[in-house]
Amino acid sequence: MAFKGTLIIDTEKCKGCGVCIIGCPQKCIALGKKVNKKGYNHLEIIEDTCIGCANCAVVCPDGVIEVYKVKV
Amino acid sequence: MAKEIRLMKGNEAVAEGAIRCGCDGYFGYPITPQSEILEYLTVQNPYPKTGMVVLQAESETASINMVYGGAACAKKVMTSSSSPGISLMQEGLSYIAGAELPALCVNVVRGGPGLGTIQPSQADYFQTVKGGGHGDYKLITLAPASVQEMYDFVGLGFDLAFKYRNPVMILSDGLIGQVMEKVEIDDYTPRWTDEYIAEKFPWAMIGKPASRGHNIVTSLELDSAKQEQVNLRLQAKYKVCEENEVRYETFQVEDADILLVAYGSSARISQKVIELCRAQGLKVGLLRPITLWPFPTKAINEISKHVKGILTVEMSAGQMVEDVRLAVGCAVPVKHYGRFGGIIPTPTEIVEAIKTF
Amino acid sequence: MTREEIIKPENLVYRRTPVLTDNVMHYCPGCGHGTVHRLIAEVIEEMGIQDKTIGVAPVGCSVLAYNYFDVDFVEAAHGRAPAVATAIKRLHQNHFVFTYQGDGDLAAIGTGETIHACNRGENIVIIFVNNGIYGMTGGQMAPTTLPNMKTSTSPYGRDVEVMGPPLKITELVAQLPGTYYVTRQAVYTPALVRKAKKAIRQAFENQKLNKGVSFVEIVSNCNSGWKLTPVKSNEWLEENMLPFYPLGDIKVPAKEV
Repeated sequence: MAFKGTLIIDTEKCKGCGVCIIGCPQKCIALGKKVNKKGYNHLEIIEDTCIGCANCAVVCPDGVIEVYKVKV
Repeated sequence: MAKEIRLMKGNEAVAEGAIRCGCDGYFGYPITPQSEILEYLTVQNPYPKTGMVVLQAESETASINMVYGGAACAKKVMTSSSSPGISLMQEGLSYIAGAELPALCVNVVRGGPGLGTIQPSQADYFQTVKGGGHGDYKLITLAPASVQEMYDFVGLGFDLAFKYRNPVMILSDGLIGQVMEKVEIDDYTPRWTDEYIAEKFPWAMIGKPASRGHNIVTSLELDSAKQEQVNLRLQAKYKVCEENEVRYETFQVEDADILLVAYGSSARISQKVIELCRAQGLKVGLLRPITLWPFPTKAINEISKHVKGILTVEMSAGQMVEDVRLAVGCAVPVKHYGRFGGIIPTPTEIVEAIKTF
Repeated sequence: MTREEIIKPENLVYRRTPVLTDNVMHYCPGCGHGTVHRLIAEVIEEMGIQDKTIGVAPVGCSVLAYNYFDVDFVEAAHGRAPAVATAIKRLHQNHFVFTYQGDGDLAAIGTGETIHACNRGENIVIIFVNNGIYGMTGGQMAPTTLPNMKTSTSPYGRDVEVMGPPLKITELVAQLPGTYYVTRQAVYTPALVRKAKKAIRQAFENQKLNKGVSFVEIVSNCNSGWKLTPVKSNEWLEENMLPFYPLGDIKVPAKEV
């Protein structure tokens, strides 16, 4: 069974620590060039390959990631 | 119905007063000359009867922080100690004052500095009324002069603590703590229910229901502008307290030439001094501050207008005398007579001090 | 399938727990404190005990924890949280009381309060975040600082001949009869976070059963104090902290027959 997922990232609360990126099995997230109001390069979705595993959200120290997932 | 009368030590009266006034918790650590408070409470074991928790802590530091935790729940909680132990509690008292929590602390003062002596003293006046801990705060301070007052001031102390959300200190000494006198005992006042506390003290730690935001007990404010507002609010509260809570009593001051100002044990001795002096034709009166903070500044100032001099009698090198001088200014001479290191002055030596005033 | 088609309430698998407030945490980027806060809050949410939980956080980086947990919360003096929590729990026996303490707080200035609360078997949860350094005051040497580890007060590395070795307080409290469950966890990978959450859940469940102290150490990072990036600090943690502070349960309840 395959899953497709996506994220809603609270970019204003993201501090760009990058801890989530290490845990992503799909390598579909990265820190972008854009900065938020605090000056952090925040997290962005770079590939449409998310499987909704929520690893990124689970390790996020600031709880800025919301995860959605469907069976495909 | 006539009240029950018992013969008790001052320390025991504090403990019995706590159980009877609906105290929720006592947290303490042994130190002479006040260990009977904890001993009496553990013998009485009030928990099955009233639900009052009694716990011997690992230190005075832990005791006062247990009080901080209980006070954060708007429970009637208290501790007691003697001078060196009270020094260890200063951090906690500052936090309790800073977080505006109601709590009761009893100091059965012994001679200092350092480990000093286990005999009575009044040398912790500065520590109690001038701060002791860090920051601008005040302790409402009650000075009992009898075993009955040791008993009564526990209930009164809690009333004032909750009225002002402020720590209250009962500043006693080794004499009042150890002496035995008769005490009128009240019936049991039930402890407050959690429902009552939730309604009456909406700031209390009681668990956050969905109907309100979370309660926070803290003395921290990193924004200086806000911390100044906190301080201004505290100062405003202290002013109201100064206007409403000054307590004192006077003895034969109407025709007095010399006014004695003394509290606690020294006030008891001073009453005998008045008797001896008047027998020798010396017109001596006494003002006994019952609250050391707020201090009876106005009353002393008024009386100073018709006396020739004021003598404070303290079991210290002269501490309260500074507040008396502030009250009087330069209107009349203000002197101090004191013994310290655990020595209790005799009435005769105080009479001699008055004669050579 | 488009993003819009996936983002529907029925497809939600992870969201920030409402037991955390909306306040942005003051912790440095990548700091484990935020993760530990979230796990505790998630456990409180899942157990349905938000209205019965009282937290206590003393001085240290987590002194402002009260801004983030949407439960009644007390800020305590440095090291004194176990004493504060002792009284709260004894006066509110049906509530859930937890302390949240750092290594300087719990294992240096608050050693006495920690050991005696554990020895009395106070029915509380102690969450101990160990990053081997005083973070808030600027990265000074802590009781748990590793041998030869550089900090602002051990600039040439911790000399154990002078300062003694790091204090393994978790192993120490496990010796006390009053502790029921003692475990050491970490939160720098998704798998470890999931395990740490189970441990925290276990700790709160133990409190429900009046079992005494449940003590959960989280070995965490301090990238500012360690002068590393968040990702590098987690690597350093794994290579240096974990050999000295191995993960796993240190004291588990005997199986009840």
